[in-house]
Amino acid sequence: MSTPTTAPDAETLADRLRHRGANADAAFRVVVFGAAGLVLLALLGMVVFVLVQAWPAISHYGFFSFVSSDRWAPSDATPTATHPNPYGIVQFIYGTAITSLIGMVIAVPVSIAVALFITDVAIPWLRRPLSYLVDLLAAIPSVVYGFWGIFALIPALSPIVNHIASALAGVPGLNVVFGGPFFGVSYFTAGVVLAIMVLPIVTALCREVFATAPVDEKEAALALGMTRWEMLRTAVLPRSLSGIWGAAILGLGRALGETIAVTMVIGNSVLGINHSIFSEGATMASVIANEFTEATEPFHRSSLFVVAFWLLIIALIVNIAGKLVIRRIRGDLA
Amino acid sequence: MATSPLRSLQPGSEDRGIARRRVTNRAMTVLLAVVMAITLAVLAWVLIYVADQGLKALSPQFLTQTPPGNPALTGGGFANGIVGSLIIVGIATVISVPIGIAAAVALVEYGGRFADTVSFATDVLVGIPSIVTGAFIYAIWVTRFGYSGLAGSFALALVMLPLVIRASAEMLRLVPDVLREASAALGVTRARTTLSVVLPSATAGITTGVMLAVARAMGETAPLLLTALGDDEFMQTHPTAPMSTLSLQIFDNAVTGFKASQGRAWAGALTLILIVLILTIAARIIGRRVSSARS
Repeated sequence: MSTPTTAPDAETLADRLRHRGANADAAFRVVVFGAAGLVLLALLGMVVFVLVQAWPAISHYGFFSFVSSDRWAPSDATPTATHPNPYGIVQFIYGTAITSLIGMVIAVPVSIAVALFITDVAIPWLRRPLSYLVDLLAAIPSVVYGFWGIFALIPALSPIVNHIASALAGVPGLNVVFGGPFFGVSYFTAGVVLAIMVLPIVTALCREVFATAPVDEKEAALALGMTRWEMLRTAVLPRSLSGIWGAAILGLGRALGETIAVTMVIGNSVLGINHSIFSEGATMASVIANEFTEATEPFHRSSLFVVAFWLLIIALIVNIAGKLVIRRIRGDLA
Repeated sequence: MATSPLRSLQPGSEDRGIARRRVTNRAMTVLLAVVMAITLAVLAWVLIYVADQGLKALSPQFLTQTPPGNPALTGGGFANGIVGSLIIVGIATVISVPIGIAAAVALVEYGGRFADTVSFATDVLVGIPSIVTGAFIYAIWVTRFGYSGLAGSFALALVMLPLVIRASAEMLRLVPDVLREASAALGVTRARTTLSVVLPSATAGITTGVMLAVARAMGETAPLLLTALGDDEFMQTHPTAPMSTLSLQIFDNAVTGFKASQGRAWAGALTLILIVLILTIAARIIGRRVSSARS
């Protein structure tokens, strides 16, 4: 490759071949690094081009006016009026936060239990089939979960939710958060669907974390006479805590951006924040999916890009945080 | 600390302590098993419900006909969506697989600081909401050339790309260094080694990853709303025109109030689940053969 070149007439066949190989090698390198660079370009391009499309609305209404109002009323928009901003998005940020929170509150404990069962309790030959089955939950498409949510989940949830709402009706505070009436489509329904959808990824990550607990420590715990649960509690769970956090954050990142299933079961009420988790609402992703192709009012589509921009920023922060936590743990293990 | 194992070592409290610890252990084991069972029950509930509803409307004509002009009528099918899914996902695969494998080669075979950055970016890209990916393709493509199946393919390619890179990189890392060294010792260049030695021995594993990425793309709906748009009534095979997919047709028909449309959507959901499950299970089988051949 870096052999000193001799006079051209002295170049042997072997030299020529080696030369050609070196050129091809360099070209190959450029191609594969070019492909790798596309990933960075795509990520950067997303931020830039979403912002470019959002810019007309941002420059017209002001950057912060979107995140200081919870009133989304495209029909009030005119080409000239700049105040008040008819495209407030706080209720969508709230909707994304509350549905994801409900999803995680359900999914994380369940995932921990399922992962513990698979790694340490199940009969060894059952472990692989069980983890395949849990992974299958991730294979079911979002649109199918949404459809199933409307026709199977909501009728099943209704009696439970109505029972909770009426039981808490007299409790101050709780009667607001868990207040009726329940029409089926709600933040809560969306949260339950999200829990099912993020469960496989959180379980898979937890399983990975639990599997790295040192066998000798587990055996030592058992040798001291501990029961299996005490062994799990002292030799597996404490050292897995940061890994569970990482799994939960990555699950949260998935839940934040989930679109179609949520759009189908949340009710798409855009007019403000509803305080009861049993009432209708909208998330950042759902409002984009629901209104994008019919966005005809002035600055309507551009404002949806503002929503997309904030969603992208939040998703980036959450995912990078989750990755850093997971990466640090993997680094510790190595 | 009430259940501390040391407590039971103190004389006198031994029997009661052990009994209580055993009960706790039993109770926790049962709890974990119950949670596991509930999770599997939810999976069964979804699959059985969709199969039950879907079989009512699934028929040969569902796969060969387009929906009737009047959504209230029964009959007809999602042939246009099925064809659209195959075209859009097919193009997305053709775009994302070569780029993804090439990028994985850069990450694993060459490495370095830039490669580490890309590796991190790949992990971040996996977590980007697919609706934002759709908005991005809308911004760079649809604003100029309009809604089209091709735009949908670009969006899905971007969804698949990080999945293909991650799966391929993982497989390339499993290729033993001895193979690379043997090839280098024969005077073979790095490029030739990668193409003729490393990639062929990782093919089966990469195929698994690609199939899982295809399965994921098949089920995507959100980015297609903003790019391929859909064409519920007519068969569209030209990628520069708006095109429906199975997932878009399920979404459109599920949210109408017509029983007949919903019936078709259930049949579509069953078809989609079957396609995705077959891909996923086939990928698993190939992947398993790879790992057992290795050990």
